Amino acid sequence: MRISPDTFVLFRWGPIVLNATIISTWAVMALMVLGSKLVTRGLTTETRFSRWQNLMEVLVTGIREQIREISGQDPGEYLPFVGTLFLFVAVCNILSIVPGYEAPTGSLSTTAALAACVFVAVPLYGIAHRGLSYFAQYIKPSVFMLPFNIMGELSRTLALAVRLFGNVMSGTMIVGILLGVTPLIFPIVMQALGLLTGLIQAYIFAILAMVYIAAATRVQQREGQTDQQDEKGE
Amino acid sequence: MDNVGLIGTMSIVASGLTIAIGSVGPALGEGRALAQALSSIAQQPDEANTITRTLFVGLAMVESTAIYCFVVAMILIFANPFWEHVISKAGG
Repeated sequence: MRISPDTFVLFRWGPIVLNATIISTWAVMALMVLGSKLVTRGLTTETRFSRWQNLMEVLVTGIREQIREISGQDPGEYLPFVGTLFLFVAVCNILSIVPGYEAPTGSLSTTAALAACVFVAVPLYGIAHRGLSYFAQYIKPSVFMLPFNIMGELSRTLALAVRLFGNVMSGTMIVGILLGVTPLIFPIVMQALGLLTGLIQAYIFAILAMVYIAAATRVQQREGQTDQQDEKGE
Repeated sequence: MDNVGLIGTMSIVASGLTIAIGSVGPALGEGRALAQALSSIAQQPDEANTITRTLFVGLAMVESTAIYCFVVAMILIFANPFWEHVISKAGG
């Protein structure tokens, strides 16, 4: 039994190896790019609009509302990053009902790459908002906490990667094991549960990324009202 | 018992113990968190949205410890590095 789609090699040419993870990631990316291209082609502000535009408006306003509630800031600059994370992971997980498709999030390399994006984005947003005083939070209680703060930063990235990988991988693994034990109805129920888990994990991945970014960008706000007014003025 | 049999036996026993012991703590913690969230929703139904969202995020954080144990158990069974080392040595 395969533990991840990484080991399912479709094509090998010298040092270049094409495995199922890369293929399905490309497929998901092509699907999302083409879909959003087609949907945003005929955007209109009239009262009659296509149902696809309706879907996109629901998605975008929903993600914006969630970001606003969590961070308490204007969602505009976080929407591209966090929304993309959510949509990519959600589409990856939902497509697992298609036969022959291997969810790329079931491979540790994909989830580690996504978590690394969050790991890089948090200091970038922090520095963009607060300048170099962002680094002061690493020595916040005292200088002796510096190694622990850095370790916490690394371990939460690891947790982010392994959580998504473990949940998706366990879903497919359980269905695979059940197919050998009770092959008639029960795997379908577990697959439906896997869809729910996949969506919740996509939501949690995006929420946690947003929480980390929000924590990096607004630690200073408690000290006075001036910072908050600055945030609103932007 | 030779090395191959020893490693196989120990891997299976260790993976069973890993998932058995490792799932107890998160199960208790998630049960407590869920009970607390339910009573909070019963007291303040207006705040149900916020409580549910925080509950989901918190449950995922708690559950990740169980997921780590599951990943370690799966690695011990399906991708055991010691097992592969011994097999490759025995195979020549």
